[in-house]
Amino acid sequence: MNSLATLSVRNLQTSLLQKKGPLNLVRGIDFEVMPGETLALVGESGSGKSLTALSIMRLLARNAQWQCQGEVLFKDNQGLEHNLLTLPEKSMRTLRGHRIAMIFQEPMTCLNPVITVGQQISESVKLHLGLDQSSAKASALRALEQVEIPAAQQRFQEYPHQLSGGMRQRVMIAMAMICKPQLLIADEPTTALDVTIQAQILNLMARLQKDTGMSMLFITHNLGVVAHHAQRVAVMYAGQIVEQGSVADVFSHTQHPYTKGLLACLPGRARQLSKQTGQRVALLDIPGQAPSMAITPKGCSFAPRCDACFEKCLQSLPEWRGLPAHTSLCHLEARS
Amino acid sequence: MNFNHLGRSLAGRFGGMLAVLSLVSVLVFILTRLAAGDPIALLLGDQASLQDIELTRQRYGLDQPLLAQFLYWATEILKGNLGQSIFLQMPVTQVLFDRVEPTLSLAVLAVSMAMLIGVPCGIAAAVWRGKLIDQCVSTLAMLGASMPSFWMGLVLIQLFAVGAGWFPVSGYGDPGAPWNIRLHHLLLPAFVLGTLNSALIIRFTRASMLDILNEDYIRTARSKGLSEISVVLNHGLRNALVPILTVFGLTLALMIGGAVVTETVFNLPGLGNLVVRAVLRRDYPVIQGALLAIAGVYVIINFLIDVLYLVADPRVRHG
Amino acid sequence: MADWQDSFRVLFARRVVLLAAVLLIGMLLMAILCTWVLPYEPMAMKVSQRLKAPNLTHWAGTDELGRDITSRIFYGARYSLAIGACTAFFAAIFGTLMGLLAGFFKSLDAVLMRLVDAMMAFPDILLGIALVSILGASPVNVILALTLVYTPRVARVVRASTLVIRELPYIEAAHAVGLSTPRLLFKHILPNLMSPILVQLSFIFAYALLAEAGLSFLGVGVGAEIPTWGTMVASSTQYADRALWTLLFPGLAIVLTALSLQVLGDGARDLLDPRLKGNT
Repeated sequence: MNSLATLSVRNLQTSLLQKKGPLNLVRGIDFEVMPGETLALVGESGSGKSLTALSIMRLLARNAQWQCQGEVLFKDNQGLEHNLLTLPEKSMRTLRGHRIAMIFQEPMTCLNPVITVGQQISESVKLHLGLDQSSAKASALRALEQVEIPAAQQRFQEYPHQLSGGMRQRVMIAMAMICKPQLLIADEPTTALDVTIQAQILNLMARLQKDTGMSMLFITHNLGVVAHHAQRVAVMYAGQIVEQGSVADVFSHTQHPYTKGLLACLPGRARQLSKQTGQRVALLDIPGQAPSMAITPKGCSFAPRCDACFEKCLQSLPEWRGLPAHTSLCHLEARS
Repeated sequence: MNFNHLGRSLAGRFGGMLAVLSLVSVLVFILTRLAAGDPIALLLGDQASLQDIELTRQRYGLDQPLLAQFLYWATEILKGNLGQSIFLQMPVTQVLFDRVEPTLSLAVLAVSMAMLIGVPCGIAAAVWRGKLIDQCVSTLAMLGASMPSFWMGLVLIQLFAVGAGWFPVSGYGDPGAPWNIRLHHLLLPAFVLGTLNSALIIRFTRASMLDILNEDYIRTARSKGLSEISVVLNHGLRNALVPILTVFGLTLALMIGGAVVTETVFNLPGLGNLVVRAVLRRDYPVIQGALLAIAGVYVIINFLIDVLYLVADPRVRHG
Repeated sequence: MADWQDSFRVLFARRVVLLAAVLLIGMLLMAILCTWVLPYEPMAMKVSQRLKAPNLTHWAGTDELGRDITSRIFYGARYSLAIGACTAFFAAIFGTLMGLLAGFFKSLDAVLMRLVDAMMAFPDILLGIALVSILGASPVNVILALTLVYTPRVARVVRASTLVIRELPYIEAAHAVGLSTPRLLFKHILPNLMSPILVQLSFIFAYALLAEAGLSFLGVGVGAEIPTWGTMVASSTQYADRALWTLLFPGLAIVLTALSLQVLGDGARDLLDPRLKGNT
């Protein structure tokens, strides 16, 4: 494992502790995010990708009991490495909003309805950089301009419900970026937005990343977004990462049947494959449903829905196969 | 502001309030009739001879339908004529006016104490939900709702007024006493009234805070690295202001009822004490006037709470 | 049947609720059996023994007429509990009727609910005082008055639940099949209301207990000769400075009983809450 990585997640397991026993929702995942790169974490709803992000940030819902195991190593720009899972809460708070920032899916519910937009943005700089009221305001105005919100002075004093969905998400981005974090975790930032706005926001985020050189962990269920905006991708299914590699590799030399299924679901992709192979590729869906997380199966979690499934798949856990740069969790022999 | 929507809702609520007030007056009319026989005679006072009463009745056509009597009575009430107190030889309006101040002071002081106790306890119970402090707070709230206020008052009087001598045993101070003497007399009764009625505030605050603390924007606030205190108070509590103000109003309304017993125990010359004495002495004009006044204030406070909710509705604010 | 057993188990899973139930049953038993079990006659006056502090012979001391307080408390329980229970019972019946009609018939709803609002515009004690002063001080009149005071409260809760239940699919189905309205109301909707009604019963019992005590204290209650806990506190006011126990113990009886009733009601409400949303 590369020690230059900004974020190194090793065997992360997150379980919800219930009276009838623990519910294993993230079942041992490993990935890295290098400085300046975007890793896309892709999966259906329920695959555990949002929980992964919340476990890294230690923001799991407080009205339930959780257990996180494994290592989450964050390397700050002084070269110091912290294990986020064992860090005392006080130290974690100095990192949150400052070195590691997060933006969420629903900008309407994620912004405090009774505090002005400007105040919510200025809060972070006041806290982490110790700026006073006027410097914080100036900083916030600059941040609003950076995320391409017009009439920043006006918007500063407005409340979240006075802004459109796209603008609210820009405000969230401004809030997250204002202290120039090293790592930005974006949990489905465009899913709740109109399609036309989605592209704008994604391009904005790409530009900001280029300007600041930060790393991004981009969580989405939309493979189309992945292709354009990420360098590497990790595919999650039923709490595990089933394939990981560079976007080019995973898209063109797909290894895992689930990833293949996901790609085949993309209309544009089907067309592309048809052109490539010369055969008509039908627009497919993956039959069946994601498994209940209450049971930990003996074999591969995807086996019941997999059309390449054979006996071994149901009986024993698959192992990592493939090259170091492009791996998958499957019993099938990896093709290069 | 979306005045159209607001206007319509307000008009509806106001209409409702008027309807309830009308019903309240009907109830008081019926109650007084059952108890005293003739509400009109009460208005005219015991100085009026039977002849005068008969003449008035004929003049206003009151010897016939009950409805006519009620309407005459109601118009007089609206004009401000509540009759003459049998025992105090004063207009009822004057009697009520004299007694408002102690009750109002008691109510305000008690509500303040209730809020000072209730809101922090409710917040604490929500933040540390399920833990010991939550259970203690909930138990204390229930204990408060199970304790007869007069009993608690009497016990506290024994312990702290008669026993330790820290507080006056009863009364409101001499006529014309300065405000700090008055305050001294009000502390114990306000404490009794306040603590026992803080149960509602605790429950409301706790429930609101629990809802709020589960919201997404709280998670966002934490993701910025803010301290838990800042998150709970700055981000959380600010969203609970409307429910808290609502329960403030509701508690104030409860105080009016609570004052009846407390004023009797501590011998405060307020409206509550007045009502009890009037009932025991069968001073019907006073009973009638006090019932109307108290129920009227109750209805108006509840209406104001409704208005508050309407105004704070986000659809209305910048709709 | 299994449903009820399940409910009981969940209800009493919490020790506090169990404790409350035990306390209430204990009080009830003592109220019934006190004259046989306890050595002293609750009404027996013994002037030589007046105002004795709690000791081994008189665990709660004696009152101003030399009567044993412990016995009087359990004897008075008969009256206090009876008044509270009757009030709760009748308020439940009339309140349910009112709430059921208001929830089911839209035309009646507006009228009935305004009436409820008007009745609830009077603070409980005040309305109780007014009514008892009209009717006269006696246990029956207190029950009557308090029933009138608390009926609106039950009506509101029942109405809210009725509104929810009315929309349930099988109620609509029964209606579509052509079931007559009375049958619909009483055989189908009413059983679903039993849970919130029972919860309210517990709370109204507690409120009625406290209200009767307050009324008796003010002198507009059951009348001084009847030994309820309220009258006991009322008569102790003169002697409280030298004999605090005459004040303390009857009050404690009220507090403990009211508290237990509320704990029980709360436990029942927690039990029922997830099953039927919409009742407070």
